[in-house]
Parts: sequence; C-alpha cells; structure tokens
Amino acid sequence: MAKLTFKTDNCKGCALCVDACPKGILRIATDKINKKGHHPVECTDMDQCIGCASCYMMCPDCIIKVER
Amino acid sequence: MAVYEKPHALIDVPLHYCPGCTHGIVHRLVAEVIDELGIEGKTIGIAPVGCSVMAYNYFNCDMIEAAHGRAPAVATGVKRADPENHIVFTYQGDGDLASIGMAETVHAAARNENITVIFINNAIYGMTGGQMAPTSLVGQVTQTSPYGRDPKACGYPIKVCEMLSELVGPEYLERVTVNNVKNIRNAKKAIKKAFQNQIDGKGFSLVEVVSSCPTNWGMTPKQALDWIESDMLPYYPLGVYKDRSAEEKEAE
Amino acid sequence: MADKILMKGNEAIAAAAIKAGCMHYFGYPITPQTEIAAYMAKVMPKIGGTFLQAESEIAAINMVYGVASAGKRVMTSSSSPGVSLKGEGLSYLAGSDLPALIVNVQRGGPGLGGIQPSQSDYFQATRGGGHGDYHMIVLAPASVQEMAELTVKGFELADTYRMTAMILADGTMGQMMEPVSIDDLKVNPAPEKPWATTGTQLSREHNIVNSLSLVPEELEQLNFKRYERYQVIEENETRYEEYKVDDADIVIAAFGIAARVSKNAVDEARKLGIKVGLIRPITLWPFPKAPFKKAAEHAKAFISVELNMGQMIEDVQLAIESKRPVTLCNRAGGMIPDPDQVLSAIKEVNGGIA
Repeated sequence: MAKLTFKTDNCKGCALCVDACPKGILRIATDKINKKGHHPVECTDMDQCIGCASCYMMCPDCIIKVER
Repeated sequence: MAVYEKPHALIDVPLHYCPGCTHGIVHRLVAEVIDELGIEGKTIGIAPVGCSVMAYNYFNCDMIEAAHGRAPAVATGVKRADPENHIVFTYQGDGDLASIGMAETVHAAARNENITVIFINNAIYGMTGGQMAPTSLVGQVTQTSPYGRDPKACGYPIKVCEMLSELVGPEYLERVTVNNVKNIRNAKKAIKKAFQNQIDGKGFSLVEVVSSCPTNWGMTPKQALDWIESDMLPYYPLGVYKDRSAEEKEAE
Repeated sequence: MADKILMKGNEAIAAAAIKAGCMHYFGYPITPQTEIAAYMAKVMPKIGGTFLQAESEIAAINMVYGVASAGKRVMTSSSSPGVSLKGEGLSYLAGSDLPALIVNVQRGGPGLGGIQPSQSDYFQATRGGGHGDYHMIVLAPASVQEMAELTVKGFELADTYRMTAMILADGTMGQMMEPVSIDDLKVNPAPEKPWATTGTQLSREHNIVNSLSLVPEELEQLNFKRYERYQVIEENETRYEEYKVDDADIVIAAFGIAARVSKNAVDEARKLGIKVGLIRPITLWPFPKAPFKKAAEHAKAFISVELNMGQMIEDVQLAIESKRPVTLCNRAGGMIPDPDQVLSAIKEVNGGIA
C-alpha cells in the first residue's frame, strides 16, 4: 500500500511525473488552479500506486512525497 | 517503510525555475547525496551566474555566490582555507563553466583541485533569455544564432568531458543526463561518486549533466526531454571519460 | 628589540603578511611585484600555508574571494595591468563585504605601459577600481618599514570594516632595500567572523556570501549601510604625516616615493628662506582632507608632486575647496621627479605669491 502526498501549491504543472508514472494514475488537473496559477498534478487512483517513486524522481520541484 | 521526500540539504522553498526545468532535479540529486554522505554541516556550495544564480537560497549548507565563471577559483580558495574540514562543490551552467570560466575550469582540473563540479549543459544561456552557448548544437536556433548555429561563423560546440579528459590532472569526469528515471538514477550515482572522491582526497571530479531548457528551446517539458535523447546525446555521449583510480586499479 | 634586516620592499610586505597571520597567498607573475610571490612560494609550504600561482589575476582574486568567504586572512599582489584584471573581483569583494589585502606595486601605464615606477593607478585605487559604488582603504607606504607596518594595518582594517584594503606602492618602494624590523610588528589577531562560510556544522542557519540583490530598495539600503561604514572610516582611520607645515606659505602634497623626494626639496627650499611644508597622505582613501583644509588657512599655494599626469591633485583641490592655487609637479610613464625639479616648482610658485 503506497501513499503519495503532493505539495500542490508548489506544482508548476510540467507533467513530467505524469509521463513517468508506469500506472498512468497521475494527471494534470486542468479544472484546478493553484496559488501560483498553474494546473497542479493529482492522483486519480491512489489504490493503484505501487510506490515506485518515478514521479518523485522526475519532479523538478520536489513536491511529491512517496511512502510505501 | 520507504519514504521519498525532499532531502534535508534542500531548503523547503519553491524553486524559481521554469516549469519542467531539470535544474530542480539536479538540485535534488545533489542534496540527496549530501544527506546520504552526512556532509551537510561541512559542505560549502558555490553558485554561478546564470539561471542557477540563486542556488544559494536552495541548499541548506553554507553557500557563496561567485562572479560569472569564477566558481572553480572561488572553490579553490574555500577548499584550501581548510582542506580537512571543507567539502566544496560548484554548480555551474555551460556559459559559466565552458565560456567565460573556461580558464578557471581547465586549471582547476589540471591542478586536480580536490573539489566537486556539477556542470549543467543545456546548450543555451537561460537567464538572459536564450542566447547561443559554447555547447549549443550546430544548427541550433537561439536568440544570437537566429539562423541556426553556423560553424563557419562561430565554430563547433565544446565537449567539456572529452576535452578535460586529455589532461593528466583530473580524477573523474562523467557525463550523465536526467531525461528519464533510469538516467536520473545513474546521474545520482555519478554525483555521489564525485563527492565521495573529494571525501577520499582523490581530487577534481566533474559531472556533466545534459539538461533541458524547455522555455528557451521553445518546447514542452516532455518534448525537451525527448530532444535530449534525439539531438543532444548523439553529440554528447553519456559515459565515464576519466576515472583515474579505477584505471590505476585495473593496471595493477 | 629584534635586529633589523635588510629587505626589499616587496619582501617586507610578504614577511609582514605572514606575521599578520595571512596563511593564504594567490598571485600571478608580473613585474615589479614578483618578489612577493617568490617569497611566499619559498616560505608558505614550510609553515603549512598556501602559495598558489593562479592561472590569471582574475583567478587569483577569486581564490582570495574564496578564502575571505571562509573567514581567513588572505592576500594577493600584482602590478598595474594585473590590478585592472582584478577589478571585477575587487567589486565582488566589496559587494559581499569581504575582508582581504590587495597589493599594487604600480608601474607606468596605460595599457601594457612599462615596468618602471609610477603612481598612475591613484584614481583606480581611490575610486574603487571596479564597477559600482564602493571604496577600498588605500594605504601608501613611503619606506620599507612602512611597507611592513601598513601591511599588518591593512589586514586589521580589512577585518574591522569587512572590506578590502590596498597597499598602493610603486616600483621604487617594491624594489628598494632598507633595514626593516618584522619581528617587532604588533599584530591584532583576526576578530570572530560569524558570517563566514565554514560549514554550518548543522548548528546554525546557513551563511550566504553574496553580492546579488535584485530588489532595488534592498540594494539601495545595502549601499547606504556600506557608506555609513565608510563614514566611520573617514572619521577614525585617516592617516597622514606633516612636515614643517605649521608656518608654511607653500604646502606640498605627495605620497610614497614622491614624498621622500619632496622632503629633500622642502629642506633645500627652507635653506633659501622659502617657507615650505609637506603633507604626506598615508591613507589615500580616506583622503586626509582636514590637514589640507587647515593648511589652506595660512598657506598661499599648494603643489602636488606625483608620478602621473595629475591625479591626487584633484583630491587636494577638493580638500582645500579650491581656495588656493594648486600646481602640479610631475613625471609620468615610469619617470620620477628629482629634488631639483620639485625645488624649481617651489621657486616658481614662490615667485608667483611673493
């Protein structure tokens, strides 16, 4: 059972994590805007997360915490 | 339980870099290595002039902002001020390290100065808005090569690792990239080795990180990572260009 | 008291620097200051210090920047063209409020110029040398003993005020030999430097040595604060020597080797009944305005004796608020005025005011 936590307000919506996720469970939330004015990332199905930390590795802004 | 989160050596503030800029990835790798080696309290980082000029606001260790290109000379001073107790790294871009600061780079390498150099090669001047760098590819369109880099007018891009590898001095030279998870893992290994070498007193260790600049390349972050693969890496092949200790071990 | 030894001015600077606790020296060969580097190369390895011949003067001043950031006493030396190259580093040292000692053993310019003595870097030194609003404390020795003493003083002032100090000598001062006492030099140890980048030891917030400040309101405040410090220096650290000024009708302004030449001319003129005195600024920045202003109350004219085309003369005019005429008596390009030339200038000025 893995858990992702996002520091959503620091996300710049670059989507590098989205491309890196092997499960395809990350998306850029185009219906939301964070404090910086970006569409932030969100997880669509946490149950499927395997905690591989690929998203953490790719994130240039270090906004993702992965626990597994 | 395994936890991946912002390393202690990276201060918990938003980075000023553009969306998808790989500076942030390399900052994190450096900080992770500092954490894992337990050297934050004795590390002094030297920031360059360029996009990463404000790196001094991001690393938790003591930081110095150097003049453009002079980071290896400043690092030489800091290291020699207390060689036993100072771990010193520079963090420099291609304009800083391979253009205005080439003399400082070459001579720090030739002296085998016991410092760690993190060299970000993204083939462009980012901070000033996308001008041609010493590492810009032939044909690459930039603000100051609007018709593409013409080798007849401005020569060929400099391969820093290859060039420095001809020197007797330096201990370790490796080129890595951060365009996917696997390459990021390898980049971290190289950065860790570059710091470990300093701890072991082995000398000048430089890791060239082929990086992206989505904004000034005029690409999305993803396209920029793909362009590293398709255009940058054929000219800048990844690999170890010098590892004196390993070579000596092999010779034994 | 320890015995005096015969030393070149350049060697005296090097020996005094080590006596002052400077264990790090970075330089690049250039005439006429190379004896400093040679002395350091010989001595530093034996006492556990650092001598490094840098790849350029630019690299040398940035190595100085590194050691200064780490809170240790450090110096570099050069001659005129090399000091121009250090200009960038001098500005960054000022912007980052770092203490260091820089030695300029001047030669004739501009450009590559020559290798003979000169004082033609007066403007460069007293106005800062690099870009931006800043000063260095500029010390002008006139004997080998003073080369040594002002070197120690330079380190102390640099540390006290967190700024660069420069020894502004010339080829004559660097090359001439005189008896000098190094062992008797009194040295105040460097103060604590809690701002230095020596590693946090995980026991404090990180220190940042930096001259970048992108918010204009903040950068303005940094400049204001720096100039408040400069004001304290002007009040407390101005140094000069007066010679027969009290009753003088004519006052000579001269520093370094020009002051030694002028002193002879003063004595000769006095024999002829001309009341001449000499004010020798020892700090060129801060410039000793007060003694000139005071002298202008009784002196009728001033002569500025310089090894250049007339640079300090502007500070003399400013100091006396142009209330009296100031004449230039000079040589340039590596030439030195002799006492007869100065005496002639005195006679001419005396004729004008009689």
